[in-house]
Amino acid sequence: MTERLAPVVLGILVLLGWEAALRVFAVPPWILPGPVAIAEALVADWPLLFRSLLMTLRIALLALALAVAAGVLLAVLFAQSRWLERALFPYAVILQVTPIVAIAPLILIWVDSVPVALLICAWIVAFFPILSNTVLGLNSADPNLRDLFRLHGATRWQTLRLLRLPSALPFFLAGLRVAGGLALIGAVVAEFVAGAGGAGSGLAFRILEAGYQLRIPRMFAALALISAAGIAIFAALGWVQRRALRRWGTSEE
Amino acid sequence: MTLLRLSGIGHRFPNGVEALAGVSLAVARGELLCLLGASGCGKSTLLRIAAGLVAPTEGAVEWPEGRPREIGFVFQDPTLMPWARALENVALPLRLAGLARAEREARAEAALAALGLRGFERALPRELSGGMRMRVSIARALVTEPDLLLMDEPFAALDEVARMRLNDEILALKGARGVSVLFVTHSLLESAYLADRLVVLAPRPGRVAAELRFDAVPRGPGFRATPGFATRLAEATAALEAAS
Repeated sequence: MTERLAPVVLGILVLLGWEAALRVFAVPPWILPGPVAIAEALVADWPLLFRSLLMTLRIALLALALAVAAGVLLAVLFAQSRWLERALFPYAVILQVTPIVAIAPLILIWVDSVPVALLICAWIVAFFPILSNTVLGLNSADPNLRDLFRLHGATRWQTLRLLRLPSALPFFLAGLRVAGGLALIGAVVAEFVAGAGGAGSGLAFRILEAGYQLRIPRMFAALALISAAGIAIFAALGWVQRRALRRWGTSEE
Repeated sequence: MTLLRLSGIGHRFPNGVEALAGVSLAVARGELLCLLGASGCGKSTLLRIAAGLVAPTEGAVEWPEGRPREIGFVFQDPTLMPWARALENVALPLRLAGLARAEREARAEAALAALGLRGFERALPRELSGGMRMRVSIARALVTEPDLLLMDEPFAALDEVARMRLNDEILALKGARGVSVLFVTHSLLESAYLADRLVVLAPRPGRVAAELRFDAVPRGPGFRATPGFATRLAEATAALEAAS
């Protein structure tokens, strides 16, 4: 229990030290706001920031869902045809290693709708861990079990459904946990590049806007919300992972 | 009545290693044939060839009475699906054959009961001991009521007591069901106890070094303490020493 409390205690101490240092050295809030000023900004700007948070979360989660659908589907296709895997996998790698900040401007030029462009950017970064982990998982099935399936004349579909997909589940879930964080990062980075404003703006634009207006506490408040969203996604996917893998008797932390 | 005949089986792996050379042997209906040999003498490969999982580079696998509808295979490890309960694991071959759920579950329950696992139908593999997992694995191999059971060092990882008990159960199941068994092992004790006939393989490349036919005597827990067993063991040991 004390071990679980350790990060909380440390966090509180750091926040207290931070606030105290600012007061002692009289640092103005437009250089570095303290936790109290940030909390005040969070409360005062809550309607605006909350709308932006929902916008960013919607894009990240939708991108994650599409990444799961596309990643698993493509992984299953790869598992059916080694030739297809050889042909397509290098391009999936290229998609992965090219920095999203470098591709985002192009996508924003090609796609008229900003939310759709953001969605595509977030999808690109979230897609690869799902694909590569699921491919690895589908190929990780126990070779003896595969022989057993062959011996009993299993069809391709039976082997996929009863052996390879269940074998891939732990790998897929580990990939999903990574992809969840990446989808959020992708959505935020793309919005920074887009710099789009208006009613449908996400948290990244609020950070840019607050920076231009020198409302530094609001900037930090938006940043804190992005972190909180990332932690929430990570924790939620971790919970899904533990529940789904209870039968395996291993919790992969 | 020959169920399975291997004629002049030779096998070379893609990396050039010659695993088997000119192995010929036959399994009679209702017989338990032990393949005894040191590690790396191609025993497992021979078993996989018999199952049709590996095509030999030389020789032929023949089924004089036709290939049995069902062959059971027991691996060295229990090879269970970790996400599936004991009942689902045992019912797997029936599921692959397209049987309805009610029938496959009834037959899987009966197979588990025959291996002394009544009450463990809902257990996950990780909740079972090594010996119990191996029983589940054997139940899965027997659930289709196969004519031939291929066993690849199935008890190598078990302790001596569990192994002796399972050896007795294999003999009982064989007696009750008339199933033929091709049993691969590197254990002298096990082969001397189980075998109706014993084929000793010499290593690198695997080839038949000796064949021993034992008297058909009833075996049971007391048999290991009899002079008859001591004679069998001595013969098997001498044959294995001569082969390696």
